[in-house]
Parts: sequence; C-alpha cells; structure tokens
Amino acid sequence: MTGETTELTLPSRIDTVATAAAAVADFVGRSGISDDAAFGIDMAVREAVTNAVLHGNRQDEKKVVEIILKSSPDAVEISVHDQGPGFNPEAVPDPTEQENILKTSGRGIFFMRTFMDEVDWTIRPGGGTTVRMLKRR
Amino acid sequence: MAELNINERQAGDVTVLDMSGKITIGEGSVALRTAIRRLLEEGKKRILLNLAGVGYIDSSGIGELVSSYTAIGKDGGQLKLLNLTQKLQDLLTITKLLTVFDVYESEADALNSFK
Repeated sequence: MTGETTELTLPSRIDTVATAAAAVADFVGRSGISDDAAFGIDMAVREAVTNAVLHGNRQDEKKVVEIILKSSPDAVEISVHDQGPGFNPEAVPDPTEQENILKTSGRGIFFMRTFMDEVDWTIRPGGGTTVRMLKRR
Repeated sequence: MAELNINERQAGDVTVLDMSGKITIGEGSVALRTAIRRLLEEGKKRILLNLAGVGYIDSSGIGELVSSYTAIGKDGGQLKLLNLTQKLQDLLTITKLLTVFDVYESEADALNSFK
C-alpha cells in the first residue's frame, strides 16, 4: 500500500480510547508496518486519545475527538485533535526524574515521545489542540 | 469478556492475584484498584500480582500499579510482581519503575521473599 488517509470523529468518552485503538490497529495492519512499530503506535495513540478525552475535552460529550491517519511509503502519521483550551507540553514534568517516579499519572506524553519518531503539538487559533505523531517505516 | 480477569488465591499468608487481559484506562485499571482496595479492607496486605497473562498496559495501568504499591505500603503491607511479560518489563524499565518494584520470575522465590 502506498498511501491512505482515514478520518474518525469520536465522542469524548473513556471508551473512545479503545475504539480509536482498534481503528488505528486496523489501519496500521493494512499499512504493512512492523509489529514493534505497531505496538508503539498503539501505545502512543491510546495516550494521545486519553489526553484528548480527559484533559482536552474533559469528557464533555458536546465536544469530539478527531483523528486523522495517514500512511505513506515512508511513514505513518497520526493526528489527534481535541476542543480543549490547550496546554504547554514542555511544562509537563519528566516522569523519570527521581521525585516523579512514584507519581500515579503523567507518563502519557513520555510514552508518546518514546514510541514515536516525531511528536508535536499545535494550538489551533479557533480553539483546540492537535497532537501530530509520526512513525517512520 | 472483561478487559481484565483477576483470579484470587491464597498461598500461606500471601494473596496471589492471577491476572489476565489488559490493564488500561477504564475497566482494567478500575478492576485492579477495586481488587486491591478490597484486599486491604479484608486485612490482606501481602499481595503478589501474577502478571503472566497481562499482555498490555498503558500509562493509566502503570499509574494504578504505582497507586496499589503506595497504598499497600502505607498500610504496612507489601506488593510484589511476578512473571512480567517482556513488554511490561520494557515499560517498567523506561519509566524507571523496575528499580521500585520487587519483581520475580519464580512464584516460589516470590512467596519466600515475603517471609
């Protein structure tokens, strides 16, 4: 497969995380990416969608999470957009620092950065945050 | 089928939870939290989590393991981990939690360590 784009619009509920992960697994399976890379993408997508539902949209069911999946010969790119107020990813503490190791949360962005080759955030002028994640083949 | 299945058994004064499935945000994490709270209420404070059947965990599930470890420790008990899958071991390594948890590959060794 040389290129494909899929878009999903999902409600701001916890069960959206599993729905999105299943859809992404299906997409990634068709893209012919390695099992290891697929595992990392799955981890990253779950964390990104969790953040969108919990921290972005705060489970407000009037708001949606949009996911755009793109595959190319070089990479798989996933964007997750929420309708929340935005945040500064650089302000999120490093969960591997000694004082944070026993915290019960705060590892999602760390996993996204660990498992993907590129991760960046954009605050849209009209509101909402988009996280774009890229995994090279 | 539930996202996370937990089977409880007693090995001396150690409670072993044989777990299979996923510990992820929502049902899986809640199931673990509920099980640990119930054991603490019953005064069972020596707990071994057999994770052989747990093929997947996310940051929420890892947070729940940390929360369980802390809650049991505050109550004067001990939580130990048995039979980590390679993926889970990798995740605990990169999060530096492998240095925190007491992890075993043999149930006999794990049970002996509580004594």
